[in-house]
Amino acid sequence: MNQIVEKVLFSEKVAKFVVDAPRIARSRKPGHFVILRVDEKGERIPLTIAGADPVKGTIVLVVQKMGVSSSKLFELNVGDYILDLVGPLGKATHIHQPGTVLACGGGVGVAPMLPIVEAFKKAGNRVISILAARNKDLIILEDEIRKWSDEVIVMTDDGSYGTKGLVTAGAEAVILREKVDECIAIGPAVMMKFTSLLTKKYQIPTQASLNAIMVDGTGMCGACRVTVGGQTLFTCIDGPEFDAHQIDFDELIMRLGGYSSEEKLANERYL
Amino acid sequence: MSTNKEYLQIEREKEWRVELRKKMANKDRTAMIRTRMPELDPFVRIRYQDREVNTGLTEVQAQAEASRCLDCPNPTCIDGCPVSINIPKFVKYIEQGSFLEAAKTLKETSALPAVCGRVCPQEKQCEASCFYTQKMKKDPVAIGYLERFAADYERESGLMSIPEVAPSNGIKVAAIGSGPASLSFAGDMIKLGYDVTVFEALHEIGGVLKYGIPEFRLPNKIVDVELDNLQKMGVKFVRNFIVGKTASFDDLKEEGFEAFFVASGAGLPRFMNIPGENYNGILSSNEYLTRVNLMNAASDEFDTPIIKGKNVAVIGGGNTAMDSVRTAKRLGAERAMIIYRRSRAEMPARVEEVHHAEEEGIEFLNLANPIEYFADEKGKVNGMRIQRMGLGEPDASGRRRPIVLEGSEYDIPVDLVVVAVGVSPNPLIPSEVKDLKVSKWGTIEVVEETMQSSIPELFAGGDIVRGGATVILAMGDGRKAAASMDQYLQEKHQQTN
Ligand SMILES: Cc1cc2nc3c(=O)[nH]c(=O)nc-3n(C[C@H](O)[C@H](O)[C@H](O)COP(=O)(O)OP(=O)(O)OC[C@H]3O[C@@H](n4cnc5c(N)ncnc54)[C@H](O)[C@@H]3O)c2cc1C
Ligand SMILES: Cc1cc2nc3c(=O)[nH]c(=O)nc-3n(C[C@H](O)[C@H](O)[C@H](O)COP(=O)(O)OP(=O)(O)OC[C@H]3O[C@@H](n4cnc5c(N)ncnc54)[C@H](O)[C@@H]3O)c2cc1C
Ligand code: SF4
Ligand code: FES
Repeated sequence: MNQIVEKVLFSEKVAKFVVDAPRIARSRKPGHFVILRVDEKGERIPLTIAGADPVKGTIVLVVQKMGVSSSKLFELNVGDYILDLVGPLGKATHIHQPGTVLACGGGVGVAPMLPIVEAFKKAGNRVISILAARNKDLIILEDEIRKWSDEVIVMTDDGSYGTKGLVTAGAEAVILREKVDECIAIGPAVMMKFTSLLTKKYQIPTQASLNAIMVDGTGMCGACRVTVGGQTLFTCIDGPEFDAHQIDFDELIMRLGGYSSEEKLANERYL
Repeated sequence: MSTNKEYLQIEREKEWRVELRKKMANKDRTAMIRTRMPELDPFVRIRYQDREVNTGLTEVQAQAEASRCLDCPNPTCIDGCPVSINIPKFVKYIEQGSFLEAAKTLKETSALPAVCGRVCPQEKQCEASCFYTQKMKKDPVAIGYLERFAADYERESGLMSIPEVAPSNGIKVAAIGSGPASLSFAGDMIKLGYDVTVFEALHEIGGVLKYGIPEFRLPNKIVDVELDNLQKMGVKFVRNFIVGKTASFDDLKEEGFEAFFVASGAGLPRFMNIPGENYNGILSSNEYLTRVNLMNAASDEFDTPIIKGKNVAVIGGGNTAMDSVRTAKRLGAERAMIIYRRSRAEMPARVEEVHHAEEEGIEFLNLANPIEYFADEKGKVNGMRIQRMGLGEPDASGRRRPIVLEGSEYDIPVDLVVVAVGVSPNPLIPSEVKDLKVSKWGTIEVVEETMQSSIPELFAGGDIVRGGATVILAMGDGRKAAASMDQYLQEKHQQTN
């Protein structure tokens, strides 16, 4: 049982939760995630640890309302408990000093990107962050990202904020302007796919953090399998970050739809 | 093992046993027919995931079956039991009507008799070594049914005794994982006075007993009673805690844990790496069974989704495959098939499960192996290609090696495929502990007699040491590890005192 100690609404669909989890707060590193189950009937869902305070013993989760499980969490308030929460899971991000790092975050993907941006900045890199979303309301954590970036570029599909256009347009402009040594892409699978295609063209090493469907998160079920470099790997224990140029994104996108008809039914029942 | 032989002899010569042997002539005993286990009608049971198939012997049936046992001077059945339960002793208690005594006898050696009576492969162990099987070519004494009977009787009588616990010695030890190996370890250590904590990664205690083996074979309430007893004895259970991730071994040592028993199981599912295996609708048996058993996915009230297939193919011939295919049937499959590359006789599953599966209308495609999957435009599996196999020379396991029959491929429609071709050791602990000696298969290496690993304060047992094995072996390891960890800690504390 983990208590929610703070909740901040970023938009109608995105909220930040600060959750009591002292052990995880101490042991987590950038790139790690947790699996949680809101209540007895709930599903186990993965969420990235967007930050932590080891002294207070809390971790930060940012959740976007998608279907039943994320909505159930979204509706919890300060003082409520999350029934089960386990972590930190996955491999931590490999933090090093390549020089200039371009971090591309799409939608709620900016949340998992935050601790990574912070770590790369602290490691002495020049960090350029691109925040992309459909519209202004969906741009999150801009101030926090700004704190750890040398430059922040905002892109929206509809032009309601920052520059109008897709994340790839913003990224290409930077790549053409200056030497980029490494790229990070976190967001919807389609966004990561196209970012990866772009950086492949310019031969910039790129890490993508995958949001495969999971059950246990400990390597036990294989629900999260992805093909990387022709090999089947498990996102939860071998990832969630992989060399983007090796990932079979089309398969990932297909697998994300694996339970879509069942999920749709569940959501209709829930609403 | 002369001391053990002597002990068995002394027990056998006790007056009540001698009297009981005289009560009936051996030729009358051997003339009796093995009792059949009462079971739910197949047409009824395939509608319920949670109704146990075997309903258990009545007292009269149990006593009759027990009287078939000859109370042999050289009870070979015991040699067949991986933990050497004193089989004739508990069986004779049943014949006598002392059911609680029978249960107590079982518990001298087995921590979870109600579980083992249900899931042990008796036909390969005690019952295979029974005098009836060996010398008379008759059906063996139904040792498994009787074990289950005694354990159930005790539980249902409300007279289940909570074993005595020695005064606390204040020494903290940890068990990692909460499957049968850990549970039996915890039971023994708490009795010896240790402060025992069991850490489990999942949100439920029980390991495979909970997330793997379905309720129609092993009802959860049976495991829960055992957990309850351990808790009453003082064992602490911590869920949602991954040792090596949530906290490291060093963290736990700092918190005062002096020794560890690693029983993290063989949870990593294997796939076959054939074309199309990552299509939607193709999942590991672990995923399928976890969704149904741990997450209650088959119930509308629960949020976790499950694919309910009409044409379901389960790949493999072990217990996991049987559990998966029978689950699929219960979730409404019209065609639920086992696809196994060897012949029927070579399937590693318990014979009883294969028999039950057959009664339930499961189809068996033996000497058949999948080589490719096909999918619709959305990536959902809709067919598979199967290759026929023949049988060649015996391999290292003594079973005839399956060989490919070229040009024998054919396709069948499927909308759900469950891959149950084995598991590998859980890599979490081996990858987190630097100096731990691990075999090339990823199992933790231990000294067989002590279950001690290359790190002195770290012991290990169950599937993480053996690869996918059995409940009884896991349990035996737990007990062995407890005994040697106790010795290790006592010596350590004597030196420091
Ligand atoms: C390692 C990892 C880290 C993640 N971190 C975050 C995070 O920090 N914040 C956040 O909001 N989300 C994160 N996700 C995604 C989050 O787990 C899913 O959004 C959530 O499981 C959806 O559950 P649901 O029941 O609400 O929706 P469902 O009803 O299950 O699904 C609704 C829609 O979401 C899609 N979907 C289902 N499961 C996933 C999934 N695992 N990932 C992406 N889409 C999915 C479905 O295809 C469907 O279109 C992460 C996923 C992974 C694997
Ligand atoms: C479907 C199925 C059917 C089976 N049927 C039979 C049968 O009929 N008869 C039989 O004898 N055997 C059967 N088996 C095999 C038997 O269940 C196993 O051999 C036995 O459970 C092994 O016990 P264990 O204690 O080693 O580990 P497990 O029961 O595998 O438990 C290990 C536990 O450790 C946890 N864990 C792993 N890593 C960590 C960590 N780092 N920190 C905390 N926790 C961790 C896991 O989550 C898991 O719960 C079956 C197995 C399956 C999967
Ligand atoms: S071998 Fe068979 S008949 Fe003999 S004691 Fe054992 S169970 Fe009884
Ligand atoms: S989520 Fe089950 S193996 Fe990765």
